Amino acid sequence: MQFSLGPVLYFWPKAQMLQFYREVADSDFDIVYLGETVCSKRRELKYEDYLALALMLREAGKQVVLSSMTLYEAPGELRELRKYVDNGEFLVEANDVGAISMLQEQGLPFVAGAAINCYNQHTLRRLVSMGLTRWVMPVELSGQWLNDVLNQSIISDIRDCFSTEIFALGHLPLAWSGRCFTARSENRSKDQCELCCIKYPAGREVSSQDGTQVFVLNGIQTQSGYRYNLVNQLNTMHNTVDIVRLSPQLTGTFDWLAKFKANLDGSAPQQLSASDSNGYWLQLAGMATG
Amino acid sequence: MELLCPAGSMPALKAAIEHGADAVYIGLKDDTNARHFAGLNFDEARLKEAARFVHQHGKKLHVAINTFAHPDNYQRWRQAVDMAANAGADVLILADIAVLAYAAERYPKLERHLSVQASATNVAAINFYRQFGISRVVLPRVLSMQQVRAIARSSDIDLEVFAFGSLCIMAEGRCYLSSYMTGQSPNTAGACSPAAFVNWQDNDGTLESRLNGILIDRFAPNETAGYPTLCKGRFSVGDDTYHVLEEPTSLNTLDLLPQLYAEGIKSLKIEGRQRSPAYVAQITKVWRAAIDAVQSAPDHFKVQPQWQQVLAGLSEGSQTTLGAYHRKWK
Repeated sequence: MQFSLGPVLYFWPKAQMLQFYREVADSDFDIVYLGETVCSKRRELKYEDYLALALMLREAGKQVVLSSMTLYEAPGELRELRKYVDNGEFLVEANDVGAISMLQEQGLPFVAGAAINCYNQHTLRRLVSMGLTRWVMPVELSGQWLNDVLNQSIISDIRDCFSTEIFALGHLPLAWSGRCFTARSENRSKDQCELCCIKYPAGREVSSQDGTQVFVLNGIQTQSGYRYNLVNQLNTMHNTVDIVRLSPQLTGTFDWLAKFKANLDGSAPQQLSASDSNGYWLQLAGMATG
Repeated sequence: MELLCPAGSMPALKAAIEHGADAVYIGLKDDTNARHFAGLNFDEARLKEAARFVHQHGKKLHVAINTFAHPDNYQRWRQAVDMAANAGADVLILADIAVLAYAAERYPKLERHLSVQASATNVAAINFYRQFGISRVVLPRVLSMQQVRAIARSSDIDLEVFAFGSLCIMAEGRCYLSSYMTGQSPNTAGACSPAAFVNWQDNDGTLESRLNGILIDRFAPNETAGYPTLCKGRFSVGDDTYHVLEEPTSLNTLDLLPQLYAEGIKSLKIEGRQRSPAYVAQITKVWRAAIDAVQSAPDHFKVQPQWQQVLAGLSEGSQTTLGAYHRKWK
């Protein structure tokens, strides 16, 4: 089982990003996903900056994947996507089928991210024929669902053609909108957002009126209020999951990697906090803990 | 420009046809469609009856099979396609890549439209789905008019847009908020904020709505209480309590009709398969009149106050919005 570090989902200043990835270079992560996946207005790091980071991380022994955006709405955003597709060196994670279309055209392999709607063996098989080499299943699916897909006969003969990856730590990306909710929370429109999400490096917490954490606002993305945490489920994944993804946290990312690695066989379980959940994996509501 | 109206039952379907719909879209009585609600939708016999009725009136029947097939009973989605094809549907509205591929191979002559649940918000995504022989794309409700225009001008595929009804503010087909709270989502169960998880409680005049135990909203005695669709709840951020994601309001694009017409949008879709026949009749009547007006004199189109009055009366919280079509909404 390998461990990957997902793309930074929040909007961090450039200096903080560079510092973070220096630490990543020295860490035990096997695979690193790089890129802005949420909002095209976030340009602290440009394509060239990500490429420089990618080269640095590759030299440090990491497999680097360039992550593309999830919601493409404007022609200019597609032109930016084209640059990632044409990078010439690094594998690309598609989070919209538009990216798959461009990658397929070029005959390039791709990772299908969790926002690609692949829910069954027939869709998965089609995507493999288009060039999928790694499948990150939708976050709302369970361990049982993954098992059900992989156990179908039409998958067993192509099981060597792709690896499986799951989102295992972090606030879950649950929705994307045309509207920016962080700007709205400051009474601004998206056009006048002034990139205010940079003030919230872990997003903005949303609570119900009686105090339950329900969501986290991250620009146009709505995340789970609780942090998804599958540290105690790793020992049930060995037959189905090849790569476990941790999403960058404002603090503690590398400590969590150590805790995950220590508990691969279930011998060092962690006490989950009240704001952790693992429901989706266990076929429960996502915010539940089993 | 086609007027495409919703129907969750035979009476609603008849109301739509009798009041001027060019086509009606329906779903089957299971979780193969995104309005899988108790008491709604069509079994095989009703489906055949619906096709007969629609065709007698020279109109078209679209069947939505637009959830994502499950691994252990994939067969059900294929059977839904077979059933719709055999009953005489004119169009299938599909979202799952596997189901699209199956329909394209098995029924190549049956028209396939890309459901909004496939979440194609850009030309590259539309190009992706072209390999399944789709003839039309239903655009998600996250795009601005400017973005709709850009797609219309850079793609020759037929476009369908939502004109009126409940407003999804998230890119459809990629929203898991409902399963996060309840375990059931539009993608997996064909329902958002399912009624089985809704609970109402009156606390000394303050009405609380909950979804699977989570407080979605509190209504003072003078407030109208709306259904607890979770993206339309009132929550707190910092010290403020407000509709954090969206107000309870309906999408209404009457004001945009001349622009949509000018861009050659092929079809206007009315949301609301869960609505009553009376609702469908009234909405259909207004939009028939509006489309007729824009088609006969596009440069002189004026929104009639009585149309807006009818539509406001049929809207969530009696409010309407242009939603994402209007940049300022974003």
